[in-house]
Amino acid sequence: MEELIIPAIIAIVVAFFSVYGLTPIVIRALEKRNITVVDVNKKEKTMIARPGGLSIIVGIEASLIILYVFFPISEILAVILTTFFAFLVGLIDDKKTMGGWFKPLALAFCAAPILLLGAYDSNLDFPLFGSVKIPLLYIALVVFMIPIMGNTINSIDVLNGVASGFTTIASFALSICLFILQNYEIGIVCLCLAFSSLAFYKFHKFPSRIFPGDSGAITFGAAYGAIAIIGQVEVIAAVAILPAIINSFLFLSSVKKIVEHREIKNPVIHTDDWKLKASPEKKAPVTLVRLLIAKKPLSEKQIGIEIFKLATFSGILAIITAFMMGVSL
Amino acid sequence: MTLPIFSFIFAMWVLIIIGGGLMVVFVGPLTFSGDNDLNPIINSGAKVLIAMILIFIWVFSLLKIKNWIFRKITNS
Repeated sequence: MEELIIPAIIAIVVAFFSVYGLTPIVIRALEKRNITVVDVNKKEKTMIARPGGLSIIVGIEASLIILYVFFPISEILAVILTTFFAFLVGLIDDKKTMGGWFKPLALAFCAAPILLLGAYDSNLDFPLFGSVKIPLLYIALVVFMIPIMGNTINSIDVLNGVASGFTTIASFALSICLFILQNYEIGIVCLCLAFSSLAFYKFHKFPSRIFPGDSGAITFGAAYGAIAIIGQVEVIAAVAILPAIINSFLFLSSVKKIVEHREIKNPVIHTDDWKLKASPEKKAPVTLVRLLIAKKPLSEKQIGIEIFKLATFSGILAIITAFMMGVSL
Repeated sequence: MTLPIFSFIFAMWVLIIIGGGLMVVFVGPLTFSGDNDLNPIINSGAKVLIAMILIFIWVFSLLKIKNWIFRKITNS
């Protein structure tokens, strides 16, 4: 345990400060090249730099490579490769808007390093009841996990700071769970993701100076999914991001097909004082945000805080689930 | 306002634990005998089928809970 402390501190410091230091440079570079988008939820229609995936991937990869030098295990290498490939998929989607099926299919291939390096265990662990061995089904789970996590985090990237703040809360909760389960190396890997997203949140929080874009949001999701698989905490990881899963679930159950989110009607509209309120449009999809403002309009910042409360609640449920893993009925 | 959503998250969590329990207690130990070489494939295939049915029931339950929450929000 003691031998993990120094590598952990070095990796965490690199994860945080590389994103913290690089993001302003990325913002300036994007603004200089006019690679910006309108922040549709601001009255002034501010132009915001996008995508910020580059600084996120540098932070995650640099810290994980340092960890890999200290602990050359295939699990860490699998996260490094999977996250990098997912970043490339997101970057392609940032440059050119692809169809609704492009991301899920391309992200499914990003799970290849996990399978090829054998960085998984085909036992699926459940709280209270133990584990079930599902060799073939587990391979399908690995292939589906990366697209699902990538798109789930991407789908909540709708307001200032939400994707990075949500990933920070979920990753810290998952790190605590991994430490409870005494999976220390992977717990440190998850802390690297948590600190990278925390550093990015500094620039992404309301009012945003940069948006993560698909390359950033998918990188967060893919890294999170890969950690869930190699850490054998798939169920706990799903519990920690339940609000985002609810968002995807509500969206899919109302739209009833997989579409690129830019193709659909905006589920929210603005009031005169520029708060967000639920769209009366019947064809607009149901989302978590629309549900939060169904009763009364809220400001963008207030909605973000409500989502973080839900994320914290899910994180607590995930930690309870981790404790329940040690209990057998 | 967010209380129904907290309830929805809690309901999802309970359903995950119950679904996991069903997988471990009932689906995991199941064995389907056939030709020896095909046994692992038959077993896995049958478990996949049962898991899919469980997921369908899970999603169906969630849809019912979602509709209940919507009604609660619109009525309040």
